[in-house]
Amino acid sequence: MTLRILAIDDSLTIRTLLRQAVENAGFACATANDGKDGVEMFSEVDPDVVITDINMPRLDGFGVIEAIRTGTHNTRVPILVLSTESGEALKARARAAGATGWLVKPFEDLQLIAILRRVTGYAGPGHSERGQA
Amino acid sequence: MSMQSIRDTFFEECEDLLEALAEGLARMETGEADSECLNAVFRAVHSIKGGAGAFALSDLVAFAHRFETVLDEIRSDRLDLSDEVMHVLLRSADHLADQVEAAREERSIDEEVTAAFLVNLGTCLGDAGFEAPAADEDFGFSAITLDFGASPGLPAFELPDLGFAGPEFPVTDHPRPDLSHPDPRTSGSGATAAPALADLTPDKKTSAPRHRIRFIPWPQFYSNGHDPLVLITSLAAPGELEIRPDLSSLPEFAEFDPAKPCLAWDILVASHLPEATVEAHFEFVRGLCELSVAPEITPAPAPENPAVALPWPAPLPEPLVEPLTIQSRAPEPEQVVISPPAGPPPDAVIETSALPPEKDTPRDATGEGAGALLRRRLPKSEDDAEGRGPKPTLRVDLERVDRLINAVGELIINQAMIEQSVTDLSLPADTEIISHTEDYRLLARDLQEAVMAIRAQPVKPLFQRMSRIVREAAEATGKPAHLVTIGESTEVDKTVVERLADPLTHMIRNAVDHGLESAAARVAAGKDPEGTIRLSAAHRSGSVIITISDDGGGLDRNRILAKAISRGLVAEGAELSDAEIDNLLFLPGFSTAEKISNLSGRGVGLDVVKNAVGALGGRIAISSTLGSGSEFTISLPLTLAVMDGMVISVAGQTMVIPIASVIETIRPTAADLHLLGTSDRLLSIRGRFLPMIDVAECLGFGRRDPAQASLALLVETDAQAHCALMVDAVLDQRQVVIKGLDSNYGAIPGVSAATVLGDGQIALILDTEALTSNMSGLINGRNGANYLPPAAGATAAPASQSFQPLAARAQALPQPQTGAPHAIH
Amino acid sequence: MQSIDPASRLDAEFVTFFAGAQSFSLDISHVREIRRWSTVTPLPHAPKEVLGVMNLRGSVIPIYDLSARFGLGPTQDNPRNVVVVATIGNQTVGLLVEAVSEILSVARNQIQETPDIRSESTRASITGIIQMEEGMTRVIDLEAVIQCKPKQAA
Repeated sequence: MTLRILAIDDSLTIRTLLRQAVENAGFACATANDGKDGVEMFSEVDPDVVITDINMPRLDGFGVIEAIRTGTHNTRVPILVLSTESGEALKARARAAGATGWLVKPFEDLQLIAILRRVTGYAGPGHSERGQA
Repeated sequence: MSMQSIRDTFFEECEDLLEALAEGLARMETGEADSECLNAVFRAVHSIKGGAGAFALSDLVAFAHRFETVLDEIRSDRLDLSDEVMHVLLRSADHLADQVEAAREERSIDEEVTAAFLVNLGTCLGDAGFEAPAADEDFGFSAITLDFGASPGLPAFELPDLGFAGPEFPVTDHPRPDLSHPDPRTSGSGATAAPALADLTPDKKTSAPRHRIRFIPWPQFYSNGHDPLVLITSLAAPGELEIRPDLSSLPEFAEFDPAKPCLAWDILVASHLPEATVEAHFEFVRGLCELSVAPEITPAPAPENPAVALPWPAPLPEPLVEPLTIQSRAPEPEQVVISPPAGPPPDAVIETSALPPEKDTPRDATGEGAGALLRRRLPKSEDDAEGRGPKPTLRVDLERVDRLINAVGELIINQAMIEQSVTDLSLPADTEIISHTEDYRLLARDLQEAVMAIRAQPVKPLFQRMSRIVREAAEATGKPAHLVTIGESTEVDKTVVERLADPLTHMIRNAVDHGLESAAARVAAGKDPEGTIRLSAAHRSGSVIITISDDGGGLDRNRILAKAISRGLVAEGAELSDAEIDNLLFLPGFSTAEKISNLSGRGVGLDVVKNAVGALGGRIAISSTLGSGSEFTISLPLTLAVMDGMVISVAGQTMVIPIASVIETIRPTAADLHLLGTSDRLLSIRGRFLPMIDVAECLGFGRRDPAQASLALLVETDAQAHCALMVDAVLDQRQVVIKGLDSNYGAIPGVSAATVLGDGQIALILDTEALTSNMSGLINGRNGANYLPPAAGATAAPASQSFQPLAARAQALPQPQTGAPHAIH
Repeated sequence: MQSIDPASRLDAEFVTFFAGAQSFSLDISHVREIRRWSTVTPLPHAPKEVLGVMNLRGSVIPIYDLSARFGLGPTQDNPRNVVVVATIGNQTVGLLVEAVSEILSVARNQIQETPDIRSESTRASITGIIQMEEGMTRVIDLEAVIQCKPKQAA
């Protein structure tokens, strides 16, 4: 068993980077290219963690969080917000919206994996992280 | 996937984003932008910024950031979209495109230029503080690169992206960590805080100071997806923790409300690390729980609830068991079922699948591993296949497409061969194989069309680039101008789109520079002071027609003629029609501008444009009305790989002439042929005399008695004069696949390319343009009716330029690789 | 096969063939295949050694008469005539020769410099000569051989 990540971002570059980081760590990654697709995929993918961008067409990251949190299934899944902003206001807003944590672009692979482990408590195999898990 | 290929992905994506940006800005400019459009514009810049950050393109990030800030102000109605602001946005988009291009080529851009653009953007914000980039608070972001952890001068705890920064924490009055002390976060990962804590050696556990953490989660803690068990256990290895549940708030069973959290914990964690690190661990849950972190001073005061009193801080024998047990009574029943500590096991997934009423998708109840997940999602989650908007697209390596096109080309030839073989059998018309061959022919054509459509691309990106050219030209000349585009979705072969960029750029510049009058002159003429350049594309009977027009003063033919005469391009006193005068513009070395402006005076004339269009198998024409403007019309073939040809016979050779250039086939009688002097021949047709060109002679296959001319092909040349080509016979009309001669041999005068006929033999494709204008000029010692060679000895120059056309077209297309290596063995 | 010093490493291979009754050879790395002669389509304004173009599986390749190229007169029609298909860079060409004789393995140091000869154009197209049991073979410089094509129309 490994972690399953749903990454939602409208940028192909960021999706690719996320996918690479996640898969390099031995986790599985599904990607969606906007919030609406992301929410649709959520019930199907049933991820252990959702990583979502904020600024996206059709449905933004806050919309994604709201849809998941008010949904019927896996509503307490950890959701990480991926943003270029690191301001306190955004963090507060993300937290208020129901995000579990956040990650600032550009992110580092190790940092991403560590946060994924941290919000899930997952201590299983993964290749990217140094030290003990 | 290598970093390099992700980098490529980023730049490819940037192209799309810049395109979306230009498109959105264009709509904003015309005032038809809705909020979704504004959002799209914002997102385009934002996504460029986000991607650029990943590649440490800090200049790009900084500029995109400022740009985005202005867009955000507009989006949220805090900034009016005045003409000035609009102008800054458009120019900033141009600069952003330049920056992307520079980054792609790993060049750097003049900092002063960027600084000027930054100032302009700052001015839009009306904030003096924005004029100095250093004053921009958020620019700290641009300093963050992937290797931030290694930056020696940068204190790790101030990195905003980790989200763990100590100063944000309620407990802030503790001394900052000693920077000389090894800080786990300098490894670049915020969450390595946990393993770092766990790194503590056992002996330190008892002797080192400990942190005492009081932790009471609130309801939102749970609803935000946090799990106390996960949070606490990831703080340190089990042996390093002393966890003490506080059950004092636990109600009687009868009063138990599953939605109301009622647990608290006291945690003692051995640590020689700064408290900020420990606090940082709880960053995500700040505001979602009651939390206090303090150094352990002495044995803690006795807990309030004696019922659960334990010797504090005596270690618990099995610190993990207790929280787990408690958690199973935590306010979330479903978590008890599906969320064991180490992530949901496979069976948990199956279980949860029963929870939501699944829609139409039947779920695979067996092994939902990573592979299954990805396989199932493949159609939608495959990045390459992801579509934007309703029309899904596929990015394919161009080489693959060209290989396919090439194979289909061979199929067409093969089909022709089979058809010919069948014809040679002279079977009765109702024979089955004849109808099969007919079907084969139709299928092959369908296949070919479908395949060629893959290479077709809308001219939109090309047109969008031109609006920038208009802006720049308008700025450089001081003539206000704007671009109107029509038919942006018209599709043309990719190579055509690419190769049209330079000629179009030149013509657009020309239109602003030479076509438009000054604003004052326009007002005097009762026109809008702002000139309009119109760029349109449309399909017309197998061709693509691109027009570039301006609403300027039109061509001054008297001046053009005078100039041409003064430059020795036209004989003194020659009588030229309007069309002929207009076409003088395409002669090499012609320039109508009185003074060479630094804009279009780059040594490039319309002759170069004409050659470029010719190289694509196209034509260019000009029309103009004095006082109301000029229009250039470019007609291009839809595809470069095939063309409709007329198969002819010349001096015993089978050749092909492009059907597009043949107007009429004439079987002249001896009475229609006239000698002019000793060598020139004229063909009289319907009262006109046309120069007659012996194709065989032009090609060096020998000269024949003109009286024996059996067939004349009336062709139209670019000069819009007609000419007759003398050939022996017309054999067939068919679509031919163009094969370049250039790569394996070289250019041949009068021949543009070659093709393979049904019998496998190669036939040369004639270059009518070269045969009629230049060849006749070369051979007959004169260049058309009234044109004189620009200077003695320079006659060959235009000829060699026009000899390239089709061959250059074919060169751009893939050539099949020949043979297996060393077949001799 | 031939008298060579056994100590020398045989590090070069050449395809040898006859043109104008003389032996020529071409580094095997250039040779793609040997084909039977088939009708070519003549090219306008071509030098006499360019016989025309041939269809090689959809590619148009020019055919050079090697004998004519070295001033030995046009190759006579003969059923044994073959076309050596050779590549240099991105260019694929065919050389019409009278017959292919053998593949020669030699040591590079056995290739001798071309002695001074009168015809500058021949000398320029020969990179060296190799001694064989019966006489010698001329190593041709493929690039120089096909230089005779018209670079640009003028």
